[in-house]
Amino acid sequence: MIERLTYLWPELSLFVATCVVMVLGLSPSKETRRLCAWVSAVALLVAGGLAINAPGDPSALLPNLMPFTKLLVAMVGLVLLMLLAGTVDREYEADILAGRTTFNALRSNRAEFYSFFLFSLTGLMLCTSAESLIWLFLALELTSLPTYIMVTISTRGTRSQEAGVKYFFLGALGAAFFLYGFALIYGGTGATHFSDIAASVRANGMNPILTLGMLISLIGVFFKIAAVPMHFYTPDVYQGAASSVSAFLAFVPKTAGFVAIMTLCAAIGWEYGPHGENLPEAVRLLLWITAALTMTVGNTLALRQRSVKRILAYSSIAHSGYMLVGVIAGPGDTPGAFSTNGLAAVLFYLLCYGFMNVGAFAVLAALRRPDGSEADDLDDIRGLCQTHPVLGWSMVLCALSLLGMPPLLGFMGKLGLFYTAVNAGEIAIIIVLGVNSAIAACYYLRLVVTPYLERPAEADVLAVEPARVVSRPVAAVISAASVVVLVFAIQPLLSASGEAGAVAPPSAAPSADAAVD
Amino acid sequence: MNSVLIPVSLALPVVFALLVAFMPAERARGTALVGMLLSAVPVLGLLFLFDYSRAAEFQFAASVEWAPQLGLSLSVGIDSVALLLIALTALLGPVCVLGSWTAITDRPRLFYSWLLVMQTAMIGVFAARDLVFFYMCFEFTLLPMFVLIGVFGSTNRKIASIKFFLYTFTGSLIALAGLVYVAWSASGHYGRWTLDIGELAAAARLMSPTEQGLVLAAMLAGFAVKVPLFPLHTWLPLAHTEAPTAGSVILAGVLLKLGTYGIYRFVLGFVPMAMVEHAPFLAVLAIIGIIYAGLICWVQTDVKKLVAYSSVSHLGFCVLGLLAVNTTGLSGSVMYMLSHGLSTGALFLMIGFMYERYHTRDMGQVQGLASKMPVWSSFMVFFVLASVGLPGLNGFVSEFLCLIGAFQSSSELVAAGHPGATAGALGPWYAAVAGVGMVVAAMYLLIMVGKVVWGELVEPAGHDDAHTGLPVDLSAREIAALLPLAAGCLIFGLFPQPLLGAIEAPVNVAVRSIEFEPVDVPHTTEHAEADLQVGEVAP
Repeated sequence: MIERLTYLWPELSLFVATCVVMVLGLSPSKETRRLCAWVSAVALLVAGGLAINAPGDPSALLPNLMPFTKLLVAMVGLVLLMLLAGTVDREYEADILAGRTTFNALRSNRAEFYSFFLFSLTGLMLCTSAESLIWLFLALELTSLPTYIMVTISTRGTRSQEAGVKYFFLGALGAAFFLYGFALIYGGTGATHFSDIAASVRANGMNPILTLGMLISLIGVFFKIAAVPMHFYTPDVYQGAASSVSAFLAFVPKTAGFVAIMTLCAAIGWEYGPHGENLPEAVRLLLWITAALTMTVGNTLALRQRSVKRILAYSSIAHSGYMLVGVIAGPGDTPGAFSTNGLAAVLFYLLCYGFMNVGAFAVLAALRRPDGSEADDLDDIRGLCQTHPVLGWSMVLCALSLLGMPPLLGFMGKLGLFYTAVNAGEIAIIIVLGVNSAIAACYYLRLVVTPYLERPAEADVLAVEPARVVSRPVAAVISAASVVVLVFAIQPLLSASGEAGAVAPPSAAPSADAAVD
Repeated sequence: MNSVLIPVSLALPVVFALLVAFMPAERARGTALVGMLLSAVPVLGLLFLFDYSRAAEFQFAASVEWAPQLGLSLSVGIDSVALLLIALTALLGPVCVLGSWTAITDRPRLFYSWLLVMQTAMIGVFAARDLVFFYMCFEFTLLPMFVLIGVFGSTNRKIASIKFFLYTFTGSLIALAGLVYVAWSASGHYGRWTLDIGELAAAARLMSPTEQGLVLAAMLAGFAVKVPLFPLHTWLPLAHTEAPTAGSVILAGVLLKLGTYGIYRFVLGFVPMAMVEHAPFLAVLAIIGIIYAGLICWVQTDVKKLVAYSSVSHLGFCVLGLLAVNTTGLSGSVMYMLSHGLSTGALFLMIGFMYERYHTRDMGQVQGLASKMPVWSSFMVFFVLASVGLPGLNGFVSEFLCLIGAFQSSSELVAAGHPGATAGALGPWYAAVAGVGMVVAAMYLLIMVGKVVWGELVEPAGHDDAHTGLPVDLSAREIAALLPLAAGCLIFGLFPQPLLGAIEAPVNVAVRSIEFEPVDVPHTTEHAEADLQVGEVAP
């Protein structure tokens, strides 16, 4: 156990920062409280730096998953941090400044907000280091629990509280599902370590209890990635939370969910199809149906929305469906090759999705109506390219990338999914994906047309103004720029995700801990 | 040295697009014109430096690796077919700017910069030698056209632009699945991932007939929408009627050709056997398109809609020529792509000039312009005759070749020992029925000219020549836009031989591709290259 610490330095650095931030935020001095964001940023940088040099774990099923995912989380986390900075407590601090009230540590929740943010990222990183079912469960919960509170305290409105409660109860339901599923997997194989499960499956094949356990765990994890049938909370929660927190929700739990799904699937392997490159039929069927339904439901329901946040919420559902296609396709038979490895395609798509989706939410977060409420309606972004060119163009680029317009980053991500699914012979799901991308074009086009081509709002509509947090437009610009620039620096990204998605060869030795257990 | 020509002609329009975007609005159109003319210079270089004795080879090749993990590289190279289509694109560019000179007053920077970007995307489609790079350009053409229609169109522009985008976007995504499938199956043979179009074409023949059929279906989903082939044509009339003049010119002139070019390069290049197998069915669709769209034209009162439907009808001939898969038919089809771009593009310009003056395109409201606008009327008659297929003008040569090609393409005639017949699945009946389309075309176009040009002068109520701010007849600027097109029509019609000679070599390579018998090679990743027939690299 203790030697696994070598893999956990990024998590540890985040955890230390979490504790520091918790204390700093309680300081009565505003300057000290402001340090919270900076400490978090430094911690993320350190974690990212540690992740770059971190070794892969040769005994794990996905040996190189850890460094790649942790670095990805740290990078996107930095952009998210810029977005989240100043989300809570701004009004409270304005009141203090105006002399209307004095600082009261009990009323402040800035410290909690930052430390929950870091806690959640720690959980996400721990997911990638998970070596057993119990570890995975705890890490998934550590990722999720802070988000419930972040949603609730993100704005002062009652909608956030409603969203938080809804998110919490459905999250508990999802957790119950996958915990039950994990128990059944243990029942079916007698092991909790993934490498032992893999060894058992390789020796004895699948059995009904194990299959049932897999299915139930997957359904539970679908809550994290907002896939059908566990997607119902998404639009309400995303709309109820502040835009910055919605961006967080759309990336962090989703990444955790996909890491969990990939790890679970890797434990039973992709060797069951006629050509030895498919999941067991029941699991494959579940993923297939879920992927098709998730894409279709997400995209169709997004069509009728007027709220940009709801559009992005449904789009986030649909993108989970796209990424499931990569999981169905599996790791392929050529180790290290990107073009045949579905898991690599998923990891790369997560990277693309992280930037383009955070960018779209960042534009919303960077705007506010004159009455102080958040920009949300399509009318709020009308003519944005003329009134606020930088924000407007960020929105246009991110929406085009989400749409999959070549040559932007989103297209490259989708291309990877196309390649790997064709390689795995999953032609039908590719057609579903193609048709869905076309449906999605309808509403992404509205996100392009409204800011870019339409005239700014007339005088009778409340005009939006930039929010007073400087870092938010910066986050939007960084995301939008990544969508364009990363396309030209795509080679190292593809290589890295190709390695990260590689599955350990079947002959890998069982983990050293097996005997201890 | 020569290898920089294509990259330069791709880059120049984008550079000018950026310039235009940051210019003062009143200088936008001038800069755009300069940009279009300068961008045409490297294309002229291509035309003069091209080695016509090796016309089937891909010259001016250049390649930069982009994402080797995806097999993706920015590689370009052109044979004579691509060269001529690029030349057409470069010719229409300045014409479009001249044609929109006074029509676009609102947001000119937006308009002209997208027009320039469009130019790059279209040249990229024709020049690409990498499958995904081709697809990127192919797909990217949607965006400029979407903006051109959606912002600068007439009343129903929003619906038209969205319908246009969704229709073609859906089709091309399915085509992408087919193209990626070809790449994947080729990777099995080569033992590495490649997107080079030549290599893929060689390997694609080794797919089983079922696979070829599916790939054909997927590709057609993308290309047939673009052409458009009946019954996938419904987006086109709407898009054309709503588009601004320059949008229509580009749409009819080049964008539709992306579909036929895609069929020529990819369907015929990758899965020729499947194409021959399904040729009768596709030919029936093409012929239905020819006749049905022709009949629709007959009852139109909106001149622009009439010309739009006539595009559907005309492109049917083009597809028919492709389906014949013999030298005559393919040459005719390639010629048709060029000549349709000239004559229909010009017709849309003419209608645009009329619309600028009368703000209506209704044949009931504007009639007998010959007495008032003699120059306009002369050009109108000229281009209509070119479009109808008057011998001596461009339409005739290409239409005739397409029909002859379809006529000769019959294996039964070959068996009966008829000279000139080639292996194929069409035959005299197809040509005869399609030939009726020529008659229909003559009728509706001549009726239209009869109404709009000749007869008593009718003008919309309240029309005042002074209001438009334009001269009564065509201005020098407008004539300058029309002259190159008119000259092109004449040269094509009178001296088709040099052009036919230029495209003969690549066309013959394409024809030979259906004589290639697929060999039954097991899928293997080792020593795979040896299995491939070297030298049978089709377009």
